[in-house]
Amino acid sequence: MATMIQAIRMALHVGESRLGVTDIFGEDVGAPLGGVFTGTQGLETAWNTPLDERGIVGTAIGLAMAGRKPVAEIQFCDYAFNTIDLLKIAGNTYWSTGGDWNVPMVLMTPVGAGIRGSIYHSHSFDAQATRIPGWKIVMPSTARDAYGLLLSAIVDPNPVMFLMPKALLRMKGAPGEIPGEPEDEKALNQMIDAPLGDRTAWKPSWPALEDLFIPIGKARIAREGTDVTVLTYGRSVPMALAAAEELAAEDIDAEIVDLRSLHPYDWDAIVESVRKTNRVLCVNEDTEITNFGEHLIRRIVEELFYELHAPPKLLAGAHVPGIGLADHLERASVPQKETIKAAIAELAAHEP
Amino acid sequence: MPAELCLKIYDLMLRARLLEERLITMYKQGDGYFWIGGPGEEAFNVPLGLLADKGMGVDHDYLHLHYRSTGTLLAMGADPVDSLRQMKNTVTDPYSKGRNFAGHFSVRKWNVVPVTSPIEVQFSIAIGTARAQRKGSGAKGISIVQGGDAGTAEGDFATALVWASRKGAELPLLMIVTNNRFGISTPYAGQHGYDQISERGKAFGMPTAVVDGNDPEASYAALQKAIEYVRTEKKPYLLEAMVSRLRGHSSASGANLVKEEIDCLEVWEQKLEARGLMTRPQMNALREQITNELAEASKRVRGEPPPEPEQIWEYVFADKNLVGGEG
Repeated sequence: MATMIQAIRMALHVGESRLGVTDIFGEDVGAPLGGVFTGTQGLETAWNTPLDERGIVGTAIGLAMAGRKPVAEIQFCDYAFNTIDLLKIAGNTYWSTGGDWNVPMVLMTPVGAGIRGSIYHSHSFDAQATRIPGWKIVMPSTARDAYGLLLSAIVDPNPVMFLMPKALLRMKGAPGEIPGEPEDEKALNQMIDAPLGDRTAWKPSWPALEDLFIPIGKARIAREGTDVTVLTYGRSVPMALAAAEELAAEDIDAEIVDLRSLHPYDWDAIVESVRKTNRVLCVNEDTEITNFGEHLIRRIVEELFYELHAPPKLLAGAHVPGIGLADHLERASVPQKETIKAAIAELAAHEP
Repeated sequence: MPAELCLKIYDLMLRARLLEERLITMYKQGDGYFWIGGPGEEAFNVPLGLLADKGMGVDHDYLHLHYRSTGTLLAMGADPVDSLRQMKNTVTDPYSKGRNFAGHFSVRKWNVVPVTSPIEVQFSIAIGTARAQRKGSGAKGISIVQGGDAGTAEGDFATALVWASRKGAELPLLMIVTNNRFGISTPYAGQHGYDQISERGKAFGMPTAVVDGNDPEASYAALQKAIEYVRTEKKPYLLEAMVSRLRGHSSASGANLVKEEIDCLEVWEQKLEARGLMTRPQMNALREQITNELAEASKRVRGEPPPEPEQIWEYVFADKNLVGGEG
């Protein structure tokens, strides 16, 4: 019953102990803190950088080129915007050198709203990330997927961005879903969570974790249904699932597709689901203008137009300059269970 | 400097200069879309290419260069015809397969990290290769990063100063600023309030030096000293070389000869003649021979194929970890 952040920490441990990870770094990533969300506590190769995001991304590129295997963190994606030209270089180096150099690096960064993070701890990054070709982009919604996608990211020879939905980081997974984790949740906490206070003498005791490589580019059907397809990822997945459960009582049967990978994305899974339900809703938190869901809808309209029984719908973040701190402001800015539920119901009721 | 080395440097400086002139001619004749390069930096860049420890991996030097580094590449042994191919954007261009501008080198087998057009980003990337070579890593190589004076206004220059000089975590990084006193059209005083860029290194506790980059002997000695320090101490060093910009910023400003600037090749020729190492007729003969070779080569390159349209889809994602040793 690991939380998502514990699953990430365990994946990084597996990475550094047997998958060749040499450097895990970022602001406050090393001892004593081990990450502002505790994601890097107790790791052997974790170290602290200066407060310099461009330096972090540049270092990751350089380390990768020198044959090392870096996992870098930008503390909040809200602070990754000044690194975009370096992210472009990581993404275009293999292409622009005609295959001379690849850049095998992982960049992790917490994204999205849901923790009352106000204007600069609530940004989404998926729309930006999918605008940088040459990167693989993944975003888990469960602890198990976080573990398995991060292991796949680590062994990938390309730059992979691992977007961490920060509102889900402390969400517990199902018992035993991380292969090798102890059955008892408290036992896991005692083994791998750093103690409060002085932790200079503390060392984690890692469970005997097994490999789990969740392939990049494969979606997961989080809930099977026949009436409406919901294409979503990250924080919106558990919300969509909760909305679907409530709608089941009203005889509306929604299919929730957790994309998990934004690029490359699982077009086959989308086609299969849309052919079954004939109705599509895209849900994510990024602002709605030039949103990744818009791309999915464009392609669905172009390639599956005659399969559709209702206009595809996008439920996304309001196109306003920030997410305000007050509860009402945050909730009004990004999709919520209620708005997802209403959108699914509206699509289900639509008749051509 | 021994006579043999003086002559070797001359040969390479001349080849680099004539290659740049051929590239400009190609551009002006419509055999390329854009020219940018390093005429006026040969006296510094050729010694750099001779002194870098060439090879692949952390036991050799990583070179994070910029788009004025033709002299360095030729001194390392690059084939000048490959530069013509990149200018003509043929599929045979080994640096970018017709995808990038002239002077945008990439040679993984020699640790020449791809040159990119954004200014100064190489200073943020160089700290990564230097980190892989830091004290205690066992790596024998160092990282060498080079950029112009105007680029030091970018935050990436400060990034390299900060990351390379942290106490106990110093990086074996030679930072080189080739100062031609211009950023496109903006003169030095228009953006820097200090006399020399190298002054900035002092605040970070690293050794610094300014060298006359128009003098190959002084440049060679300064580079030798700086490289030796970084290799032995595994700590950073900031070297500023005062150079000329003989053909302006790029083809965008015409690429015409700027007569007011010191021409390092001309000065070096006078010295070689005065020292009795070479006669004018010998120099003229060599110049004519190289000029003809390059003219012939540029005709051959014209016949080489361009990339095919469908090749835009190649090399988007790697299926092997080349830099990790998988081929």
